[in-house]
Amino acid sequence: MVDTFKPQSLQEAVDVLSDKGAILFAGGTDLMVQRRRRGGLIPDFDRPVILIGHLKELKEISNSTREIRIGSCCTYTALLSHKAVPEILKTCVSQIASPGIRNRGTIGGNICNASPAGDTLPVLYALDASVILARDNKERVLPIEKFIKGPGTTVLEADELLTRIIIPHSSFNKFFYKKVGTRAYNALSKISFTGLALKKLRAVEDVRIAFGAVSPTVVRSKDIEAQIRGKDIDAIQKMIPEILSHYSKLIDPISDQRSNRRYRKTVSLNLLNSFLKNYML
Amino acid sequence: MEINFILNGKGVKVKTHPLRRLLDVLREDFDLSGVKEGCGEGECGACAVLVDGELALSCITPVGSVEGTSVVTIEGYRETAKYRALEEAFSATGAVQCGFCTPGFIIAAESLLSKTPRPTPNEIREAISGNLCRCTGYSGIVEGIKRASERGEGLW
Repeated sequence: MVDTFKPQSLQEAVDVLSDKGAILFAGGTDLMVQRRRRGGLIPDFDRPVILIGHLKELKEISNSTREIRIGSCCTYTALLSHKAVPEILKTCVSQIASPGIRNRGTIGGNICNASPAGDTLPVLYALDASVILARDNKERVLPIEKFIKGPGTTVLEADELLTRIIIPHSSFNKFFYKKVGTRAYNALSKISFTGLALKKLRAVEDVRIAFGAVSPTVVRSKDIEAQIRGKDIDAIQKMIPEILSHYSKLIDPISDQRSNRRYRKTVSLNLLNSFLKNYML
Repeated sequence: MEINFILNGKGVKVKTHPLRRLLDVLREDFDLSGVKEGCGEGECGACAVLVDGELALSCITPVGSVEGTSVVTIEGYRETAKYRALEEAFSATGAVQCGFCTPGFIIAAESLLSKTPRPTPNEIREAISGNLCRCTGYSGIVEGIKRASERGEGLW
């Protein structure tokens, strides 16, 4: 049976981690399912486990004039009840799983799982979020897109722990989030779309577009966004076919038990089209 | 590891592996068989309990994580006036057929009503969205929670 640690502080957690190279256990809502055995048996963990979901230092949310910092072990429920958390992130989080899971599942867990269908990821990409990784006496900050390497893989080292997520404040006045799943609750995403825009009179001053669950990692193109930025709505209207064709090249979905490639691609582009027509024009 | 927590109002101590599922500890070590195992992966809500008043799924909660908290199961909740209001309402609206899912629904209802004493039908549906019932078709359950919230005036 594996050793399990319940440190009383972040420092203690970091110390144990540098010694043991353990599995970090935050809310456990995915780990307990992945490691599940038959009823009555202890879940099958092959390496030592460090419980971190209770650590106060990782449950703090702080807000400054520039940014909001969210502790990695904040539960989805905690995010929903904090007034500084961006509306679009709340809209996304409110559609994750069900209330019982939202009470325990954490934003840090969702990020570190690095599932292509991780629901907070496209929103965090769109909001230019960064993550803070801590190890003994050292910290590094990485943009979220540099942190996620591929399906289920990140650049997190064995002795590192994700402590905080930084989201810079932004001033979008249009937002569109859509999760497509088999049912309204407890559904894994087939596709998710995140669109943000800052529209002033007839000009689109800023725009962010991200797709989840339709490629190995989140699809966001700063190049295409730059082409849209600053244009007026007549110009954007003319650009729509071109924009759709650009994203069509980037969206590379798989077929699996939840959905198939053709459906995912078609619906992704339809959602993009709908965002461009209904929110930008 | 020795784990201390409050179970249905009484302090308890259990010597066990901290990664054991809370569900198994409750059923096997404390004979609390009102906590059911349905799916075993957090999808069905049959194993729902309250941890510090919040809805939690005991099949995906390791017992080590409830140390120092207060856990309430249907057996503890049954002793309250709030339970009696829900019991009356569930029988009046036909919210129970086979009964396997019912403890989880009652716990989810308490979790809702403790924060929102007069919920709308949509709030009720949201609150029980993590609970599956294969018999009733849900309408009776939604009605039951609504009835309890109205008749149990002042309880929540």
